[in-house]
Amino acid sequence: MYVAVKGGERAIDNAHAWLAEERRGDTDIAEMSIAQIREQLALAVDRVMAEGSLYDPDLAALAIKQARGDMIEAVFLIRAYRTTLPRFGASAPIDTGAMACDRRISATFKDLPGGQVLGPTFDYTHRLLDFALAAEGLEPSEAPEAAADMADLPHVTDFLAQEDLIQREPEGSDTPRDLTREPLDFPTDRPLRLQALSRGDEGFVLSMAYSTQRGYGRNHPFVGELRTGKVAVEMDIPELGFAIEIGEAVVTECETVNQFTGSKTEPPQFTRGYGLTFGHCERKAISMALVDRAMRWAELGEDNVGAPAQDEEFVLYHADNVQASGFLEHIKLPHYVDFQSELELIRRLRADAMAGQHQEAAE
Amino acid sequence: MTDQAYNFAYLDEQTKRMIRRAILKGVAVPGYQVPFASREMPMPYGWGTGGVQVSAACLTPDDTLKVIDQGADDTTNAVSIRKFFEKTAEVAVTEKTSEASVIQTRHRIPEEPLTEDQILVYQVPIPEPLRFLEPSEVETRKMHSLEEYGLMYVKLYEDISRHGEIATAYAYPVKVEDRYVMDPSPIPKFDNPKMESAALQLFGAGREQRIYAVPPYTKVVSLDFEDHPFDPSKAPHPCALCGAEDSYLDEVITDDRGGRMFVCSDTDFCAGRRAAGFTGEMTNTRPAPVDTEAMA
Repeated sequence: MYVAVKGGERAIDNAHAWLAEERRGDTDIAEMSIAQIREQLALAVDRVMAEGSLYDPDLAALAIKQARGDMIEAVFLIRAYRTTLPRFGASAPIDTGAMACDRRISATFKDLPGGQVLGPTFDYTHRLLDFALAAEGLEPSEAPEAAADMADLPHVTDFLAQEDLIQREPEGSDTPRDLTREPLDFPTDRPLRLQALSRGDEGFVLSMAYSTQRGYGRNHPFVGELRTGKVAVEMDIPELGFAIEIGEAVVTECETVNQFTGSKTEPPQFTRGYGLTFGHCERKAISMALVDRAMRWAELGEDNVGAPAQDEEFVLYHADNVQASGFLEHIKLPHYVDFQSELELIRRLRADAMAGQHQEAAE
Repeated sequence: MTDQAYNFAYLDEQTKRMIRRAILKGVAVPGYQVPFASREMPMPYGWGTGGVQVSAACLTPDDTLKVIDQGADDTTNAVSIRKFFEKTAEVAVTEKTSEASVIQTRHRIPEEPLTEDQILVYQVPIPEPLRFLEPSEVETRKMHSLEEYGLMYVKLYEDISRHGEIATAYAYPVKVEDRYVMDPSPIPKFDNPKMESAALQLFGAGREQRIYAVPPYTKVVSLDFEDHPFDPSKAPHPCALCGAEDSYLDEVITDDRGGRMFVCSDTDFCAGRRAAGFTGEMTNTRPAPVDTEAMA
């Protein structure tokens, strides 16, 4: 019986209604507020802001709620919203040296000006399920607090740079190209690669970084410094003639110090990898720094050993989870026509092959 | 936060201008893939974002839009894209090929010949015809600029030596105006000859950030060899509903005992023929239309 599938429109409407119902879940259970998501699922919110390239914790929380906790879907919602926003201009570069750090650690020096600040980290928690959390209403005991140290925390790499032990980064004068306003073309430059990595999928960037640690383009990194905290965002106002602070953002920054024995063009010195993300996304920031460093092989005169993480085209074309999931999932769409043409081809090729076999058997 | 009023056809005018520039460049260099700063659309990459952006840049308030997917107006994604433009551009929509001024398509070219007053917009997943032979974009762009298409001919030759014919049934590569090898998007090769058309044909690949074009009356040749000429084959059946012998057919499985029927993939074409009195072998045996209310 031939069923002409009319009614696609009605099916879509009904599917959306059902989805809305499923999103809400059991109505006997209280609905989650945006504020609850923002405060209690803060790392999810941070990831959505980082990969969505939009700093707005409330909108990110809304996206997570609307996406039923599907992080890539939430990132997609934020991206689609972001693309409609007008661009008023660009902020001045943020000064992470003046960051009000919640966390600042270095793996290269036992102590350093400003000290090691563990901050709110999972690092040394024992991963034992805390069943007390299942019983709601228990407020955590207050964390001890010291007086804030208002002094700027110098970057660890600055100490190394004083001795010329680490490669100096030339100051870029040009405004970097905007990945979301220009088509990607190759070869890229470092600012563009960093943009792409910063909004790249955490899982993808993590795996790429991990592959360099396991030997695919090995470049042994030390976490020179990892810091998370608030930075001021300033913008030049032409009418005023100077920059004013327009807001604050929480960011995570990672600078790696990498071994480097020198190449044909560069003397022996340490080199850098850099990671920066919105919010508190340190796994992502560290991963980003490793992959950034791996992709710098050409400028440092290193060998391209053919490792995936060294291949900027491979990494940048595949790091974006909104692009990747869209294309991957499009294979759910109807492909009757392509499939039909393949079906006919296979039938024809099979008929030819079978006829050939029969003939051989007869001979 | 409430829904905000979007610009006509969703994209802002600056973006549309950027896309129109890419389209004009594409028209000026037929078959050449023009990079453009594809925007993030409110629908997933791979679901027609390139075609939607091209359509958005082409539409005017006086246009009449038709959207098809697999040749049909009522496939879910075609419905979704048509609704998007009904909402954001408030243009008239139609299912009739002849009434449309802009037709966005995925995987088919309408059976009815198009006219000079029409624009056909293709959704393109992978715009690079050489991609499956050479994964690097840097390399394939170089190959196009040097007109180095040997790799493609070797692939076609290998097909013939292994299978006795070119084993590509859809997205069959074409050469445009004797210069660029172009991916016609995943249309069946049956549709390839229709690309020499009176209509302007525009191709949008959103995720891959490419736009290309085939202007009206441009020469489009499907790649082949003298001794293995291109064959735009299709299923050797007439349409079971309208009897058409010359239209592309969908195969529909009708039971679990090997029963099947072949019907036009172009639903408007088929409906038009039936309205004109043409019949197929199952026209009269066809059961009453299924109650779509209940189905949905």
